[in-house]
Amino acid sequence: MAHVPLEHGLLAAAILFGIGLVGLLARRNLLFLLMSIEILLNAAGVAFVVAASRWGQPDGQVMFIFILVVAAAEVSVGLALVLQIHHALKTLDSDVVSRLRG
Amino acid sequence: MPILSESGFYIFSGAAILATLLVIVQRSAVHALLYLIAAFLAIGGLLFVLGAPFVAALEVIIYAGAIMVLFVFVTMMVSPGSEASAAEARWGLVRALIGPAVIGVAITAALVQVLTHAPAVQLAGDAVSPKEVAVALFGTYVLGVELASMLLLSGLVGAFHLGRRMLYRDREAS
Repeated sequence: MAHVPLEHGLLAAAILFGIGLVGLLARRNLLFLLMSIEILLNAAGVAFVVAASRWGQPDGQVMFIFILVVAAAEVSVGLALVLQIHHALKTLDSDVVSRLRG
Repeated sequence: MPILSESGFYIFSGAAILATLLVIVQRSAVHALLYLIAAFLAIGGLLFVLGAPFVAALEVIIYAGAIMVLFVFVTMMVSPGSEASAAEARWGLVRALIGPAVIGVAITAALVQVLTHAPAVQLAGDAVSPKEVAVALFGTYVLGVELASMLLLSGLVGAFHLGRRMLYRDREAS
């Protein structure tokens, strides 16, 4: 029987979330921003599954599936936007794209 | 049946953290994508060790498979020269990382401090079978499934509309 404390699982999720947050704040490339958002959503899902593992209940895994759905919908729209922005502005720099008025 | 193992948990979480760290410091988007696939596979292993085999399979199939394929296609379609950012080139990646790293470390430290003051609880680590997950998903959370289907439909329509044609054709950047 293995003994992994609950905090270590949540700690791993928190560190993953922190790394994703740093990436989201630091990078200027739109593709990197989308990847960082994927990391953030994944970290939240890992926290849910850790909680599910602590209680031995399936509810946390159900929440992970919902997070998966949100990530899939977000990334499909986000990548379509990235293609449009690249076609219109010939760049993926989020500083350039900060100009909203068409 | 408990499938939790200490060595598996620490190895997979360490690999996931290392690969995720390597994602955000890459200059090339393709290299970052490869590390992101490694990170998702490591997280998949972590979920399996935590006793969630169904979700681990979903992580590998959907995240490391489908979503990463989307990323790879889009990275192929945008030209490589557009990856460089003027701000990142001007500051350098290390200097650009300092401020966000301070914020990220502060937030993570706050989380860690809360977590270390929690009472010590061991993870059960019993494998929750896909059948139990399905019963909960289509029983208790069936409303969420309907909402998720609507979200996916709107995502499909939105992606179709945005990708249908080039909305802003031949407009210059300046």
